[in-house]
Amino acid sequence: MRIESLREAYGQALVKAGSLNKDIVVLEADLGKSTRSCLFQEAYPERYFEMGIAEQNMASTAAGLALAGKIPFIHSFAVFASGRAYDQIRQAISIPGLNVRICGSSCGLSDFGDGSTHQALEDVALMRVIPNMTVLVPADAVETRKMVEAMAEYKGPVYIRINRNELPVYTSEDLQYRIGGIYTIKEGQDVVIFANGVMVSKAMEAAELLQKEGISAEVVNVSTVKPLDADTLVEKAKRFKAAVVAEEHNIMGGLCSAVAEALMVNNVNIPLNFVAVEDKFGTSASNYEELLEHYGLTADNIYNKVKKLLA
Amino acid sequence: MLKPEEISRIAQELRITVLDMIYKARSGHVGGSFSCAEIITTLYEYFMNVRPDEPCWPDRDRFILSKGHAAPMLYAVLSKKGFFEEEKLYTLRQLGSPLQGHPCMFELPGIDMSTGSLGMGLSVGVGMALSARVTGRKYRVFVLCGDGELQEGQNWEALMSAAKWKLDNLTVIIDYNGVQLDGNVNDIMPLSDIESRLKSFGIHTFKCDGHNVEDLINSIQAAIRYDGPAAVIAKTVKGKGVSFMEGQSAWHGKVVEDNEYEQAVKELTGLLR
Repeated sequence: MRIESLREAYGQALVKAGSLNKDIVVLEADLGKSTRSCLFQEAYPERYFEMGIAEQNMASTAAGLALAGKIPFIHSFAVFASGRAYDQIRQAISIPGLNVRICGSSCGLSDFGDGSTHQALEDVALMRVIPNMTVLVPADAVETRKMVEAMAEYKGPVYIRINRNELPVYTSEDLQYRIGGIYTIKEGQDVVIFANGVMVSKAMEAAELLQKEGISAEVVNVSTVKPLDADTLVEKAKRFKAAVVAEEHNIMGGLCSAVAEALMVNNVNIPLNFVAVEDKFGTSASNYEELLEHYGLTADNIYNKVKKLLA
Repeated sequence: MLKPEEISRIAQELRITVLDMIYKARSGHVGGSFSCAEIITTLYEYFMNVRPDEPCWPDRDRFILSKGHAAPMLYAVLSKKGFFEEEKLYTLRQLGSPLQGHPCMFELPGIDMSTGSLGMGLSVGVGMALSARVTGRKYRVFVLCGDGELQEGQNWEALMSAAKWKLDNLTVIIDYNGVQLDGNVNDIMPLSDIESRLKSFGIHTFKCDGHNVEDLINSIQAAIRYDGPAAVIAKTVKGKGVSFMEGQSAWHGKVVEDNEYEQAVKELTGLLR
């Protein structure tokens, strides 16, 4: 399985988008080397604004740039991008529905060493409840590139969360990606696993484990959490005996909640369970895998939940 | 009470301890830890009235590390002071360790406030200082801020509050190393004339060499005696003590490789002689 860095792919895609669209401007809050927005700085210094450690000012400044015709991409760690500048994102960007793109980098537990203050397990929920906001969670580097390309043309505010680490690539280069799309990574007959971000790769591992026991699992990448394509989701879910939702986020308010809401109101009454962080803050660890395991964000846990649902 | 040269020696020894901690953890912020070695050591070894065997003693002086990424240096100083055993230091950033990447008050004795998200420590310090006033307690609150983090607007809201209530029990110290993650503070978002900016917010300022313990003692003493909120602008060098780290933004949070570790230990040990 090929692995590739999502943040590197993000930075490169940003440069490419900038070459095609001169209205794209980039704002950074002193984490450019980490978010990889520094690549845009090298390519287009005149369209790059280093705002310093001041996320609130960055968000509102982006609103001003958008009102004057630019397409600003703003950057910080997911925890600060979504949390520190929350009111500015709500008031100045989302109520007017401006074309600001918010990149929450080092999302989830992917900044494993820094601990709870730097790990974003609430950002998808925070962004999802803001009207007009679009929320994207790429599973790999290829999908990240396709998303950035689509974001450049999209209308309205968008939040994208980017993993800090290298992840297996499941998205095909040939995929005709569109924001709002729900993509089947692996087809199956018995159960469906809805996942996004790093959990797509865990779901694929779980599907392999299940296959050994004769259980055929479909893996679906729900990388657009909002607007959620409920019709497609419901159509897919109806075909299976059970469903598991897996995300690297608090169990409340993110993809788990979004899928449950959609299935409930559409009378899809299949057994359902979640693999997500059980309402906890993060913590420091010496590597990413160790931390994912600590919070049960594993293939084994998905496998166990599926087995329980089918029992 | 320790003499300035003794405090200076401890600070330098703790730099080696911090290097060992970060080297073993394979992650952590070495540059910003080294720049505040003398500041934190001087506070705990000279000024602060604390009881390591009773870390939550209500009348203790408080310390808030607003630049929470310098946690390794604070951990080293607290351990040296006797808040917890030295072996714990080498569990930094490991799963289940009380030594989190950024200070966590519920994990480790001696941490008065959890920090990590920049620019929030000063406001918490204002709250603690106000509480001392309304409850009639005599403790003092020390807040150590980075220079880069002063770009967060919340600092200036806190400074306005400190001036409004004339908080003479609050001492702000700025680790003025001039470097942040992406580059030099002057290029990223200049603080301009920080002294006059602080003054215009009603904060009295003192300046010193943040690596000269005698100078630090005199300035912090003057700030404490000043009848109103005061800040000490301590001029420092990011990565102080290791030639290839000094003043380099790359060393904000870079992993120390084997050869770099050897070289750094050699240089830091050399400075002890």
